[in-house]
Amino acid sequence: MSLASYLKSKLIPADIDEHINRIRKPIGSLGYDPWGYNNEVIKYGFSLTRQIYEKYFRVEAHGVENVPAEGPVLIIANHSGQLPIDGLLVGYALASREKQPRIPRAMIERFFPTVPWLGNLLNEFGAVLGDPVNCAKMLANDEAVIVFPEGVRGSGKLYRDRYQLKRFGNGFMHLAMKYKAPIVPVGVVGCEETIPAIANIKPLAKALGIPYAPVAMPVVLPAKVHLNFGPPMYFDDLDIPEELVTERVEQVKAEISRLIDKGLSERKKLF
Amino acid sequence: MTKQRRPHILVTGAAGALAQRVINQLRDHCDLVAVDFREQVYLGDDIPSYCIDFTKRVFEDLFRRYEFDGVIHLGRIQSSQLTRMRRYNANVLGTQKLLDLSHKYGIKRVVVLSTYHVYGAVAYNPALIDESAPLKAAGLSADLVDSVELENLANIYLWRYPELNITILRPCNIVGPGVRNTMSSLLGSENAPVLAGFSPMMQFIHIDDMADAIVKAYRKPVRGVFNVAPEDWVAYQHALRLCGCRRIPIPSIPPVLPNLILKTLKLKSFPSYLTAFFKYPVVIDGRAFAREFDFKPKRPLKEIFRFYRENKRPV
Repeated sequence: MSLASYLKSKLIPADIDEHINRIRKPIGSLGYDPWGYNNEVIKYGFSLTRQIYEKYFRVEAHGVENVPAEGPVLIIANHSGQLPIDGLLVGYALASREKQPRIPRAMIERFFPTVPWLGNLLNEFGAVLGDPVNCAKMLANDEAVIVFPEGVRGSGKLYRDRYQLKRFGNGFMHLAMKYKAPIVPVGVVGCEETIPAIANIKPLAKALGIPYAPVAMPVVLPAKVHLNFGPPMYFDDLDIPEELVTERVEQVKAEISRLIDKGLSERKKLF
Repeated sequence: MTKQRRPHILVTGAAGALAQRVINQLRDHCDLVAVDFREQVYLGDDIPSYCIDFTKRVFEDLFRRYEFDGVIHLGRIQSSQLTRMRRYNANVLGTQKLLDLSHKYGIKRVVVLSTYHVYGAVAYNPALIDESAPLKAAGLSADLVDSVELENLANIYLWRYPELNITILRPCNIVGPGVRNTMSSLLGSENAPVLAGFSPMMQFIHIDDMADAIVKAYRKPVRGVFNVAPEDWVAYQHALRLCGCRRIPIPSIPPVLPNLILKTLKLKSFPSYLTAFFKYPVVIDGRAFAREFDFKPKRPLKEIFRFYRENKRPV
């Protein structure tokens, strides 16, 4: 037995191996897709995330069955907590669901591809550079795509602004309309408490070429996370002015806000 | 002429393995003339072969003499060859001359070989880049300017002289037996440099499949620009592993460091101006070409890599 297959047998339980193989992704002959997703590497990611999801953040997910079993779908959530942990947890919730699991694709910040090792690793786990062309091509490929329309405005916000939704970009709505993709809103509660930041050192962020440089404890706190998936929202593809698109975005934002409130009321304690 | 005449085709870049594959596919049904900027090659008694500079006046004599119907322009000097100035002359001015003559002598079909390098490797590239995406290569390195200029030129002629029926092909990495480009020499080597922590997605097309694509394109006069790539992808470092190459990591941060190292080392197989292509992916969408020309590559990636693994030569 080679070292690689020995490690695989130790790190990837048979049920995960089978679970991932059951989800048929459109991949090439060597297990990759055009964005760098890799069917073998994701098994390690899935195995590790299971521990993080179940043991560390003890995630409670409700309504994950609201994500359609097939076809293009946009999973829209609030973004928080400095690191894209929320994307990882939302993705795992869908990939691990009992009935008709799907491996969704998360759109990530533009600076990740420039980070050695991490950029490639995220791609292998299915994360994709947050570019509208990427999102469009993936919806055309019938993928489930996780989008955080707040972008860095959401993930980089300070602890005192927790659970306040920042401005949503309109891009996701245009794509949802064009590709007739339903929108599944998700309210994430708990990630705000994982890395509470008290300030953002903008000059440092600029010097390092990163979106923000938070002043926070160098640990990820084990906050309990609640994910609430709402019912799918459908929008027609009529040619409407931007003003009306913004109104539709506001509807999604309101729904996410409702789901956040639901999560907050369900939460008994922070940790 | 009432009698059915065999098509007369000018093929440039005849010294290259790709042109020779194309010539072999066409020689039974067409009268071919082969030219190359670099050297004269013997291709059999039935195919006149010339070593000629396209910018020289004698080049026109070939058009007068052979009454070509079509041109297959594969004679692009790669960025690893010649100096920047000579390459510009050959690729840009030479192509301009070729297209001018094609127009003057009533050529009905022109196929121009370009490269996916014209898109440029930048961190913000989406995957499955289609033909209408901007060409960012010129902003990356002056060594890629001639590739982009060649394309621009061909595009201008494509719209100005529709009767030329110009098709521009932008293939992904062409590899396989006989190919002498940068990627092929890397895959064929024992030790191959990589940028530490970067393993961009890449696409490879077997030289025989590419020759098929060119012949198919030539036979169907549909104008336009087309990417040519199979629907299969692999990370660069994974490809090296499958080819049996030992990977030699080069420090990748800060970004000036790899450039400095590569400029000092002057590795022919890993030139500094292509650094970005070993860092960021340029994944092109070849579906439009596949649809339009009914093209399906026949040689899988595993077969390509097996060839390199079994044919190692010392560096």
